[in-house]
Amino acid sequence: MSFSEIDYAGWGRALRAQGPVSRPESAADLAALPAAPAAGLRRSYGDAALNDGGQMIDMSRMNRLLAFAPETGDLTVEAGARIGEIAALMAPQGWLPAVMPGTGFATVGGCIGQDVHGKNHHVSGSFGAHVTAIDLIQPGGRVTTRPGEPLFRATCGGLGQTGLIASATIRLKRVPGDIMLVTEQRARGWDEHLALLDGSKASYCVGWIDATATGAAMGRGIVEEGEPARGIVKRRDTTSRVPMDAPHFALAAPIVHAFNWAYYHRVPARGRSVARPLGDFFFPLDRIHDWNRLYGQRGFHQFQCVVPLASAPALHDMLSEIAESGLASPLAVLKRMGPGRAGHLSFPMEGYTLAIDFPNREAARALIARLEDRTAEAGGRLYFAKDSLARGAQIRAMYPELPEWQEIVTDIDPEGRLTTDLIRRLNLRSAR
Amino acid sequence: MTTTWIVLGATSAMARPLIRDLAAHGAVMYLAGRDMAELEKLAADCRIAGAPEAHTVKFDARDASNYAEIVHNLAATEGTLNAISFVGTMPEQSEIDASPDLIAGVVMDSMTGPATFLTRLAPVMEARGNGVIVGISSVAGDRGRLGNYVYGAAKAAFSTYLSGLRNRLGRSGVHVMTVKPGPVDTPMTFGKKMPFMTTPEAVAKDILRGIEKRRNVIYTAPIWRLVMAVITHIPEPVFKKMSF
Repeated sequence: MSFSEIDYAGWGRALRAQGPVSRPESAADLAALPAAPAAGLRRSYGDAALNDGGQMIDMSRMNRLLAFAPETGDLTVEAGARIGEIAALMAPQGWLPAVMPGTGFATVGGCIGQDVHGKNHHVSGSFGAHVTAIDLIQPGGRVTTRPGEPLFRATCGGLGQTGLIASATIRLKRVPGDIMLVTEQRARGWDEHLALLDGSKASYCVGWIDATATGAAMGRGIVEEGEPARGIVKRRDTTSRVPMDAPHFALAAPIVHAFNWAYYHRVPARGRSVARPLGDFFFPLDRIHDWNRLYGQRGFHQFQCVVPLASAPALHDMLSEIAESGLASPLAVLKRMGPGRAGHLSFPMEGYTLAIDFPNREAARALIARLEDRTAEAGGRLYFAKDSLARGAQIRAMYPELPEWQEIVTDIDPEGRLTTDLIRRLNLRSAR
Repeated sequence: MTTTWIVLGATSAMARPLIRDLAAHGAVMYLAGRDMAELEKLAADCRIAGAPEAHTVKFDARDASNYAEIVHNLAATEGTLNAISFVGTMPEQSEIDASPDLIAGVVMDSMTGPATFLTRLAPVMEARGNGVIVGISSVAGDRGRLGNYVYGAAKAAFSTYLSGLRNRLGRSGVHVMTVKPGPVDTPMTFGKKMPFMTTPEAVAKDILRGIEKRRNVIYTAPIWRLVMAVITHIPEPVFKKMSF
């Protein structure tokens, strides 16, 4: 199986790598490969899927559905299968992945490696909670791990360090059909926003936040709640594509202000309920291919943190600082999380999570550094799937189970053949 | 009514998204190729995606001994019968120059094998008076050039064959569509920068749209129709001095 020298980037395009990449198409191809880190469709924003100067295995063509058991809903897939394609194929048959991240282009291998969460985290926990088996190709051989085993816990959210994820079995959940009943409500400010999120009884709930609003409107946004349903809605069969890198002023403050104002007011003051295709609710940005090019050549960073419920005031202050800075983009999300996490290095904790994109500029990088410090002070955590700027020392305090994880990983891969740029930047594999 | 598809060269990277689409739309699938283990995996994928039945079929473009049997089995299906061929191989022209005996294999894979099979299948489809045959040819068949003229010659023969088959079957209601892909993101091209490269997903969409509109010849990416119109019109005295 051959390698080709390729230039590639994380989804944020601010961090890049160059090195030999191999893209297996079959089990035989995969078996012939040396031990190296694996990536899916590289939807991690930073450097989790980068290995500058080293080998990388691109799993995107290993995407077959291998077995399905309708009695349990257990679906076995190759690791490169995308969540969006699984949803599109299975929802008409009455099944849906129990947890779906914000992009349908995330692969099952990636969802496990980052132990991702969805708009139903407060009810259903993280992705790993619905995985019943993971087949790993480790430097020493093949192994299958199941819930309850230390290896399983180290693999969920384990950033690919316990071996290449070849295939996995995920337990789908029953849904009545392939549309969503969505209720959208305006939240006029921070307190109302949190109150709506806290009070939601819906299976899926997320808040879009206008990160440019200041004063009394600070924290305003739209709270979206959704329930899967059966019905017929008009489907978009076309997707748009961003044909080129946008100029740097495309996301200048006045433009973002105007966009956010319009986006907020598009929902009537009394709120509304609408029926939408599944994909429009779960993966709103997937309709625009290569949307990351909107941030121009320099790319962007996403800041995502979670803080405990009691630290809501600290999150308020962070959002204030963001709003005052005028640097935020329209893509900003606030969500209440439950306690569910499946791995030693899983991101979730019970509390509130805030995610905001920033164009890759000096002022934004400085702001993100301050936000990271505030997150640490608030007893919160940063997300490896998004992070591209944090420092190793901060991360250690946020992930107290790191030593346990390291012990398992060192056993499996003593030579560090599976390390990535993220692992090296944050020193995640070393004792300090 | 049942729709049945036989896919020759089903394990090829270009074929997979189309196979998934056909299965999700409820077609009965016959997946034909040489690697039976991979075909079994594809068949499982088809069944989960929504195909009421998915069968694997041993098919070798260089060995026609079981074609009659395959066609016999297909003749027993009900509803509409359709066929698509993805088979073909492209050794580097330099390898061929070094060992000209490779030419026989290239012609077998791209022309003799699929044409022999489709010619056997034609009377079955003719009798039913419906269905579609799709042949994957190549832009390389539109004009012989330095880099791959043996492969191009084999594909040109296949294009010509499909054109004749269309002429024959059109009168009984069977539609034949020729597909001419440019570079597609497959293992053959991975990591190479090539002009107007498209993806297997886009090829699948183009083929499905072409079938729906009953197109005779499609290019994918569609820009290649224009590019090849220009290339085929370059006068030979000029063309013979060009290298691309």
